[in-house]
Amino acid sequence: MAGVQQISGRAVALNRRDVDTDQIIPAAWLKLVGRTGFADGLFSAWRTDPDFVLNQPGARQAKILVSGGNFGCGSSREHAVWALQDFGFRAVVAPSFADIFRNNSINSGVVPARVTEESSARLFAALAANPLAETVVDVAARTVAIPAAGLTEPFELSDFARWQLLEGLDDIALTLRHGTSIEEYEADRPDWLPKVKAL
Amino acid sequence: MTGQRLLDKVWDRHVVASPEGEPALLYIDLHLIHEVTSPQAFEGLDLAHREVRRPDLTLATMDHDVPTIGIDKPIEDPMAAEQIARLRENCERHNITLHALGSVEQGIVHVIGPQLGLTQPGMTVVCGDSHTSTHGAFGALAFGIGTSEVEHVLATQTLRQAKPAAMAVNVTGSLPPGCTAKDLALGIIRTLGTGGGAGSVIEYRGPAVSALSMEGRMTVCNMSIEGGARAGMIAPDDTTFAFLEGRKYAPRGAEWEGALDLWRSLATDAGAEFDHNITVDAAALRPAVTWGTNPAQSVSIDDVVPDPATLTSISQRQLAERALTYMDLKPGTAIRDIGVDTVFIGSCTNGRLEDLREAAEVVRGRQVHPSVRALVVPGSARVKAAAEAEGLDKHFINAGFEWRSAGCSMCLGMNGDILAPGERSASTSNRNFEGRQGPGGRTHLVSPAVAAATAVAGHFSAPGDL
Repeated sequence: MAGVQQISGRAVALNRRDVDTDQIIPAAWLKLVGRTGFADGLFSAWRTDPDFVLNQPGARQAKILVSGGNFGCGSSREHAVWALQDFGFRAVVAPSFADIFRNNSINSGVVPARVTEESSARLFAALAANPLAETVVDVAARTVAIPAAGLTEPFELSDFARWQLLEGLDDIALTLRHGTSIEEYEADRPDWLPKVKAL
Repeated sequence: MTGQRLLDKVWDRHVVASPEGEPALLYIDLHLIHEVTSPQAFEGLDLAHREVRRPDLTLATMDHDVPTIGIDKPIEDPMAAEQIARLRENCERHNITLHALGSVEQGIVHVIGPQLGLTQPGMTVVCGDSHTSTHGAFGALAFGIGTSEVEHVLATQTLRQAKPAAMAVNVTGSLPPGCTAKDLALGIIRTLGTGGGAGSVIEYRGPAVSALSMEGRMTVCNMSIEGGARAGMIAPDDTTFAFLEGRKYAPRGAEWEGALDLWRSLATDAGAEFDHNITVDAAALRPAVTWGTNPAQSVSIDDVVPDPATLTSISQRQLAERALTYMDLKPGTAIRDIGVDTVFIGSCTNGRLEDLREAAEVVRGRQVHPSVRALVVPGSARVKAAAEAEGLDKHFINAGFEWRSAGCSMCLGMNGDILAPGERSASTSNRNFEGRQGPGGRTHLVSPAVAAATAVAGHFSAPGDL
């Protein structure tokens, strides 16, 4: 996975809270066995409405999705992140994220930028005034900026997640550094714990 | 803090390493996999030339997009067939036990784990499915993960996890007659809100929780994710132990006694404090029906569709207005006056034997309303067989229900069991999101008893109304 330092480009404002992963990528799309090919499925039900934000001119070039709180709630499907990525999004800015979505997002290299409700309101206002404004998500600085509106808002991201995103690290390789600890732990596990099969 | 919580005790037993500046590395005792969220994980493993570290702690089943009729015939949907073939190949190549379609052990992943006795108190259980929270009913720490994490667990049998907060949901009083675990779950989520549990593991506590059967506890823990919680847990007690004793993977003899000693020590210590507390009065609950497009939007069956104008928060008002437009409902309409086209009884929330008994008792000797399509989809092949051994299938079939084979079916509509656009369902599943049961479908979440009564009446009804 490639590291992500800074994302700059158009933002799409989806001013709605509780956007669930069934909307982001409906279940019919979960039959694909790869990690790509989901772009047409992204918000496919909502995109049947010609006024939906993703149908507005330039949305296809957008890199940042600005949405309401509890973004990505519901199903654990990582396909939701892959669909956002396939469409072109590299960051989602929201006042809160569902836990599983946030983990999936970091693991797939999409930045989940958690801002305060106040910051979120200012970003929505700036994008309402100028929908084409360039927006910049800076992972190293942990800020979302709309320079034309003079806005720079901080976002929350743990140090570890920030490092993962910046470096594009292989998470499994990181864990395998602790191989000895895993072996020691396994040697101490009680024998009566269930095993699906004897090896 | 003066004592440890159930979450702390289970967590501490599973920390493999806690490196400076990184989330803890947690050992996973049981990894459940299914056809939909695993193919990309196996592909990742293969590309990196990695092996499955503990095939003996991994179990696979087919549930999400399997057909529930004609299961002895080739799967018609070519994409579902490919996904299922992929799971079979991956399991064979990596020596993972697979309970395939047609096997007596096949079923919804969250039904078969407990049924086999694989889910035990104090364990860590993960699966690429958000309703993994179900297994917390046993005092396990069980949560849903994404596909990258599935790959991580396959490769390392661990997960890197920041420790969640502990939230106590204290349920006071006792459930009134006619109210079930599902009504309790919906009542709790109504109080908590869809995101209220984010960042937390809920421990359900209090007399109404202790009084629940294991099936009821699984229903409550199953829906923890609908309140945004990472997981839900209930301290193991004699009800838990009685459920587990003698099951295929439960410890036996001296090991059973040793396990009991450990399991009894897991309960939250007296005096331990929680990071968050909420209280729900079980005695005030009535059978619940959702009216909107998220599981927090529910009212009592005696109530009316709420008026968004009465909501104080602008965002909640907008959500409610959108929801009512989608659901084609008018504020003030009595819930009992809303007619349904389809009734679905099943899912990891309400597809166990006790749920089917509850529904069968209501439909016994009655007829499904002529304008309603009604189906029962048992949660597992064993639930189906047990229900048939009791004759429950006859009550359903004689009443006009379709009696299907096990799978997730219309809970998420991946297998072709879907609502037509504009159709309205009473469903015992867990999500009423827009399009969840098929594009344009309108879902109302209810208990098995209300679903059964609604199938007979053709509009929302409690068993006592019939």
